[in-house]
Amino acid sequence: MVLLGSSQSVREGFVDLISRFISLVAVRLPDDVLPALASASKIESSPHARLVYEAMFRNLEIAIRRNVPLCQDTGVLEFFVGLGEGFPHAGDLLEAVREAVVRATDEGFLRPNVVDPVTGRNTGDNTGLGHPWVEIELLPGVNHADLRLYMAGGGSSRPGSARVLDPALGLEGVAEFVLNTVAEYGPPACPPLVVGVGLGPTVEIAALLSKKALLRTLGSRNPNPKIALLEERLADAINGLGVGPQGLGGRITVLAVHVEYAGRHPATLAVGVSTACWALRKGWLRVFPDLSYQVLTHGGAVLE
Amino acid sequence: MSRVVNLPVTDDVVSELKVGDVIYVSGVVVTARDAVHRRFLVEGVPLPVDLRGLAILHAGPIMARLGDRWVCQSIGPTTSMRMEYYESEFIERTGVKVIIGKGGMGNRTAEACRRFKTVYVIFPGGCGALGAFAVEEVLGVEWLDLGIPEALWLLRVKEFGPLIVAIDLQGSNLTDEVTNTAKSRVATQLQSKIRQCLL
Repeated sequence: MVLLGSSQSVREGFVDLISRFISLVAVRLPDDVLPALASASKIESSPHARLVYEAMFRNLEIAIRRNVPLCQDTGVLEFFVGLGEGFPHAGDLLEAVREAVVRATDEGFLRPNVVDPVTGRNTGDNTGLGHPWVEIELLPGVNHADLRLYMAGGGSSRPGSARVLDPALGLEGVAEFVLNTVAEYGPPACPPLVVGVGLGPTVEIAALLSKKALLRTLGSRNPNPKIALLEERLADAINGLGVGPQGLGGRITVLAVHVEYAGRHPATLAVGVSTACWALRKGWLRVFPDLSYQVLTHGGAVLE
Repeated sequence: MSRVVNLPVTDDVVSELKVGDVIYVSGVVVTARDAVHRRFLVEGVPLPVDLRGLAILHAGPIMARLGDRWVCQSIGPTTSMRMEYYESEFIERTGVKVIIGKGGMGNRTAEACRRFKTVYVIFPGGCGALGAFAVEEVLGVEWLDLGIPEALWLLRVKEFGPLIVAIDLQGSNLTDEVTNTAKSRVATQLQSKIRQCLL
């Protein structure tokens, strides 16, 4: 009995922690995004671009003051979990994440966004077949769990694209695919965007890496210098398209381009593109065995 | 040059608005996005709201229930281009005067705006807290069976904006020009910024 009781309270504490983490991510931008937006806003000179940035910054203040989601589209929730081999609550993890999503929805921090593709019905609580979406990888030698959350909004997911190129097209073919995707679908996706690019042997590996690229800290560079240069040049080239904030024209269309890659097949060069809107809602929660925690993306955040 | 437009609005006032103008709207705004357009125009179910002279908002809000009333937590625009399939007929059949969304709309909508004296305006996407700040009252909801994001929410708003006029009665289309420019620049950007770095 005692054991059962204690395990229930661990579960309850876990659910509580994760639901507060979800609410935080819906309300407040992570620490790396705000300075990037501030720098971008200073480069714009057109009255429309300036008006849009003013509205964005005012919106961020109101969201924190009223403790409400900064954007009404809180997306579908994707969790990228790093599970320490010594983390003692692994068995509770999936259920705790599910319950936390339901609770955050109940409390008005998430819009119900999961729709059954067959019936067209909204499930009403952000759960459903495959939801919340959880990817797990094992972390050897540690006893904490890392929960990295990405809120995949509809508008910002709409440009998402992946295909398998012939290797003869090389990185130039990759760049062309990225630029065409952003030029065609970027303007309504709430620029300035962050663009994630994944390279690999197959579409699903490339697509998954393109999403993981969005989770990287803004301003970080791929450790491979050639890929780091490609990231910078891609950002320059996309900014040269002139899309600007909200597709109204301007100098900054992307805050950053991040590229992640895996080895390819001799016969394939798959490329995936994921885009995040300016309101890039991501979070990184590290949970220790006693349920103490750190929020690595939101300095000073207290989940109470 | 920003001004407040009161809803319902007359053709005369709408005719004065030009691409690039910045407006705020006060009065009744009704949310209508994918499923509302589809139910009305594809399934043929009559709209339960008279939209003549009013504004629709391409948006799916976050609503909280407080006792017997609804409170708008967060509301901002969704990608309007998904409504391009329906909007010209929607404008013709409803008499709506202001369409609020984001990202721009296409030629068929622009043509309907010209013929039926309607404007399309852009609210900055991602600004849901700012949008909710301008909602004074949730007047009602219809078609809630479509789910909270897709239902028809009737809202009384005060100075909802900023809204940038992106399609006017002359048929000018602000975002169309930006998108066409972007597409036309892809080849030169590849040439000037990418090619040398890969050599």
